[in-house]
Amino acid sequence: MNWFSKMFASSIGQKLILALTGLFLCTFLVVHVIGNLQLFKNDNGLAFNLYSVFMTTNPLIKTVSYLLYFSILFHAFKGLQLAYKNKIARPVGYAVINGKANSHWTSRSMGVLGTIILVFIVVHMSDFWYEYKFGNIPYAKYTENMSTGEVKFERYLSEAGEPLTINSKKEEYVEGNNKIIIVKDLYEEVSEEFENPFLVMVYILAMFAIGFHLFHGFQSGFQSIGLNHPRYSPAIKFLGLWVFSILVPALFAAMPIYFLLIK
Amino acid sequence: MSGNMNLTLKVWRQKNKSDKGRFETYPVQDISPDMSFLEMFDVLNEKLINDGKEPVAFDHDCREGICGMCSMFINGRPHGPLQGVTTCQLHMRSFKTGDTIVVEPWRAKAFPVIKDLAVDRSAFDRIIASGGFISVNTGNAQDANATPIGKDDADASFAAAMCIGCGACVAACKNASAMLFVSAKISQFALLPQGQPERNQRVLNMVAQMDAEGFGSCTNTGACEAECPKGISLSNIARMNRDFIGAQLSSQKV
Ligand code: SF4
Ligand code: FES
Repeated sequence: MNWFSKMFASSIGQKLILALTGLFLCTFLVVHVIGNLQLFKNDNGLAFNLYSVFMTTNPLIKTVSYLLYFSILFHAFKGLQLAYKNKIARPVGYAVINGKANSHWTSRSMGVLGTIILVFIVVHMSDFWYEYKFGNIPYAKYTENMSTGEVKFERYLSEAGEPLTINSKKEEYVEGNNKIIIVKDLYEEVSEEFENPFLVMVYILAMFAIGFHLFHGFQSGFQSIGLNHPRYSPAIKFLGLWVFSILVPALFAAMPIYFLLIK
Repeated sequence: MSGNMNLTLKVWRQKNKSDKGRFETYPVQDISPDMSFLEMFDVLNEKLINDGKEPVAFDHDCREGICGMCSMFINGRPHGPLQGVTTCQLHMRSFKTGDTIVVEPWRAKAFPVIKDLAVDRSAFDRIIASGGFISVNTGNAQDANATPIGKDDADASFAAAMCIGCGACVAACKNASAMLFVSAKISQFALLPQGQPERNQRVLNMVAQMDAEGFGSCTNTGACEAECPKGISLSNIARMNRDFIGAQLSSQKV
């Protein structure tokens, strides 16, 4: 083994992999939640649908998204592997153990929380990512009056009311005074999915899992890469608590709730 | 004496390394609240010997919290319910009459049970031997002030050097990780000028030995810091992680 693989095979190297992929996933969550805030826009999904096209066609973002899928899988695989290795470091357990006297339950439950999140990601990706890429998502047609700026929304249907498709995710053209946008209507898919209260429950519970996972995980990632100092550690802890374990999951959870109860 | 206690002990008994081991229950009577936990065990062993039974084997030496030998996992916590003390410094006044106390050995693959409550902690010695020292020439000691050291660094180094190698960090950690111990032994030198010549090699060798001994990998639960009788800080682990990455990237050895 050369020094590089030796380094990542060591106990500290394993932590390093989890920390780096984990913190990368944290930055993704921020981008994801900010982008998805467009779901709250009262525009029949125009902004959100255009954003979805951009996120799935821009070459730079596509490259990063492959890195993201890889990070998710690698983080999960390494995490489970580490949990197993750590388990065999204590072959005979204690009869009595008082964990709450010395540590927070989230820090002792990262494997379980992470597994819940992994299952959720599979459900979530097959709901939206797979559907968007391979499923039959209807198209929406937005007609923007270029002088008044008024946008009219309709389903993209034939005269007979059959759903029509185009060969790409989006088409844009000008017709007289109107700009026509025909785009895959992921927004419609989202609002349909979230009419199901059971699914909404699943999403909300998953956001709790993410919140608890990041309550420990975010600050723990910095400790693993060696960043622990009275100068900045309080700020890291603050961000971990308020942004990553409360604000981000709460905003995500608000989306299904909004579609179920308000939309 | 009034105020003395009657207790029930559930103690792990194991003949030797290969024995499966089991809990035995022993009542102990008339225990003074001013006794240490180890003295209470002396009372129990006295009685066992008088009854013609095998006394409970447990590690101890200084009985004043400096040697790190005592090592009992008491009611689910290493060194018992208090913070910042070793088992020998734990007094029976922390318990009340009628209590049942469960006493187990440190549990880790790298700390095999020798007998009853005594475990083999020589893994720690091998980690120290792999790099937990500084090389100096013998001869006359040099003048104490020949090497200037900043007060803050000296203080942090001394704080790390407080580690008594008891292994409570390993015992408390859900991963049986030795990183608090190893990081303390690395930090005490990393913070001093005398530790610099071997700094890179020290961290690489000690971490390699730690892994080879079969300790788990730290997941930053903080249980070690909370249970360490000497208050060794988690920031030492961050320093070790930093030094490890730095040494990987800058070591002269290829
Ligand atoms: S770090 Fe603390 S708990 Fe661990 S061996 Fe040293 S003194 Fe004991
Ligand atoms: S016997 Fe020495 S520290 Fe407890």
